[in-house]
Formats: sequence, C-alpha cells, structure tokens
Amino acid sequence: MHVAVYLPLALPVLAAVSARWAAARLEPRTATWLLTGSALVLAAASGAALAILAATLLGQMPPLAIIGHWSAAVMRRHDPTSLALAAIACLLLTAALAAAFRAAARRVRAFTDAASVARCLPRGGQLAVLDDPAPDAYAMPGLPGKIVVTAGMLEALDDAERQVLLAHERAHLAGAHCLFTALAQLAAAANPLLRPLASAVGFSVERWADEHAARVTGDRRLVARTIAKAALVANGHEGTPSAALSMAAGSLRGTGPIPRRVAALLAAPPRQHPLLLAAMLTVLLLATGSALEAARDLHGLIQLAGGP
Amino acid sequence: MGDHAGRPARGHRPDGEAAAPEPRRRAGELSRLALEVLEQAGRPLTPGEVRDQLQAAGAGPLAYTTVVTILSRLHAQGIAERSRAGRAYAYTATAGPAQLVAHRMRRLLDAEDNRDGVLASFVGGLSVRDERALRELLGPDLPSGPQAGGPPGPGR
Repeated sequence: MHVAVYLPLALPVLAAVSARWAAARLEPRTATWLLTGSALVLAAASGAALAILAATLLGQMPPLAIIGHWSAAVMRRHDPTSLALAAIACLLLTAALAAAFRAAARRVRAFTDAASVARCLPRGGQLAVLDDPAPDAYAMPGLPGKIVVTAGMLEALDDAERQVLLAHERAHLAGAHCLFTALAQLAAAANPLLRPLASAVGFSVERWADEHAARVTGDRRLVARTIAKAALVANGHEGTPSAALSMAAGSLRGTGPIPRRVAALLAAPPRQHPLLLAAMLTVLLLATGSALEAARDLHGLIQLAGGP
Repeated sequence: MGDHAGRPARGHRPDGEAAAPEPRRRAGELSRLALEVLEQAGRPLTPGEVRDQLQAAGAGPLAYTTVVTILSRLHAQGIAERSRAGRAYAYTATAGPAQLVAHRMRRLLDAEDNRDGVLASFVGGLSVRDERALRELLGPDLPSGPQAGGPPGPGR
C-alpha cells in the first residue's frame, strides 16, 4: 500500500503540468477524449486513494469495527500510515466530495437556465440571430442545440467568414463538446490539481471545432483570420493601432487561447503523436493500477483483522 | 447564409401549446407574449387589460398576480415603462420581443458559470498581449481601421 496509495495522489500533478503542452500537440479530437478521460480517471483514482487512507483511520473506530466485524486493535497495530495523514485524507475526501456535488448542482442549474432561455428563441432552424449590436456568437447545447449569433457579429463578418463561424459552432453541437468540458470541470472541482486539465479540454474542443471549420471551408488561413477578427471586434479592440509591435516575433508565451488557436491554424494540420498518446495512457493505467493495488492492500488488512 | 430564417419575428403569434403544464416554460413565454401585447396596444395597458388580451390570444387562464409579476419584472429589466393609472400601474413597451430575447441572453451570459461551462463561445476574451500576438500572426489580413467589418451582409 505504501507507494501504491500515494501514486494516484501524485499523478494529477504530472498531468496538470503536461496538459497544456499535450493539448497544443495532439490532434484536437484525440486530445479532447484523452484529456477528459484523464481528468475523470485521475479524479476517481485520487479520490479512491484518499478513501483508502481514510479507511485505515475509520477502521480503527470501535463502532465501525463492530459493524464490519473486524478487530479495531489489529487495525491499529497494522496501521500502514500515520494517523495525521489519514486524518488529512478524511478532510480532503470530504472537501472533494462536497465540491464535486456543488459543482454538479451548479452545472445542472446552468444547463436548465440555458434551456429556459433557449425556449424564448425562435423555433425552427438551428441558427438564431439576436437583435443585439454587441458582436457575439456561441453554441447553446440542448435538444436540439442552437447556434446563437448576434446581429453585431454577422455585420462584422463577410460571407466566407460567416461560413467559418457556423461550421465551428455546428461542430460544437454535433460533437456534444459541452459534455466533455462539463465532465472535465467536474473532475477539476473534485480535485483542484486537475484544473489545468479542464482548461486544456476547453482549449481542445475549440481546436476541434476550428479544425472542423478548416476542413469544411478548405482554407485554414480563412479560419484563422475569422477567429482573430471576431475576437478583435467582440472585445472592442478593432481599430486600435497595433501599439507595440516590439514583442519578440512568433512568441506565444503568456498569451491566451485565441492567439494559440490562430497560430495552430496557420501551421500545418495536426498529426497524431503515437508516443505521446502511449505515454499518457501509461500514466492513466498506472493511476488505475495503483489505486486498485492499494484497495487490495486495504482489503488484506481488513481480512487480517478478521473482517470480511 | 443570406436569409436569416431564425431571426426573431416581431409579430410572433402566441403558441397554442402554452397550456402545457410546465411552469418555467410558461414564465419565459408569457413575458414575451405580454411584451407583444404591450407593443401592439400602442397605449399604456393595466395588468387587467394585459391579462384579458393574453387570454384572448389563447394563453389559458391566468392569475392577475401572475400578470402583475411579469409586468413588474419587465419594468425592472428596463423593457417596459410604467405610469400611474388610478390605483394600478399602466405599462408601455420600450423594447420589442427581439430585444427581450437579446436581453435575456446577455443576462444568461453574465452569470459566470454559463459562459465557460454551458455556452461554447466562438471567441473568448482577449488581452492586449493577445491582440498584439494576433496582429503579428496575421499582419495585413486583419482589419486595422475603424471600417473593420466587412460589407454589411445581406441579412441586414
């Protein structure tokens, strides 16, 4: 148990450090699946590890020992960890469960809020144009989902650019991208170490939709330009003189997701990276395996104490 | 893309299915219908008159207080104006149903959870540094003057 139980607690750190790096390299669809899967597996494995550590303490409590028919004294004598660690694990596990429930409730409420507003949209057709001068566009999940574009955004784009926008948002709806982001954010709520993974999933679904738009329109540069233009008008930057072109050329360090999306579209289409994929899958197997191993050890301890 | 079939129609007729037993749905739809009633009246209406017209349009039986609630909410949102008319208030529309939907959308988007979690925005926020990076990446392709937008689209 000694190593196995701590490994699932350490692996999220590794995943968090490499998430953004991996999201920038993997093909977006693969990245979305892999990063979402990683977030869920690592959240579950680290939760299980905390539960196992907590069980070594709780198992020593006489009432629980009586209910479970094992010896509290044997559990105490063979305690594989320190009391302080087990107590911390108890607290962390409670906090993680509470945070996960709260996040799930908030997400459900956000979905129902969106659904109730979506009912006010005109029926029929996937596209709803809002009579709103502020440039904006988004996909609203639902059955069926809607693409909402403001009049301001339509005005700012030309015909080809509007095709890009629609292809992008259609990819979001068709790929149920909101489910990926919702699951990843749930995992990150339970284990805050996984937050970089959740934002990497958010980035990957945007890239996924961008690449779809690039395939539909057959023009990567057009998609890149549309995103940049839409971002500039949506943020009221249009017309500002490019104040400082002094920044080191080609540097994306410290920039947000939009320049990274644009840069990815200006580069060659993404390729699969089998080695990177294999490495990440290995980490997931390791997390699952060690959580299972620790659970087996705990079961062994309970059996030693005369339990089931 | 020329015809925006989805554009919210002003003269949207009340739906027969408003009688469906779904309170949330009715709340959203009713305020839209109420706003249409106010718009078409062209004069200030009391809650009683609005209720009568809603029922005449097939909105089903409505409590007076429900209508008062809807109207005062529209007033609080700045979508309807009100003035004293005897013991009650009389309401006039200041924005059409299309603006009501836009207003509601904007409020939904303002709730912090929604923007990131539920609605997939085409483009998010942009820092000054991001803008610089974009201009560097795309250079002359990007609009740089105030005439940033393309030609006004066919949908306008």
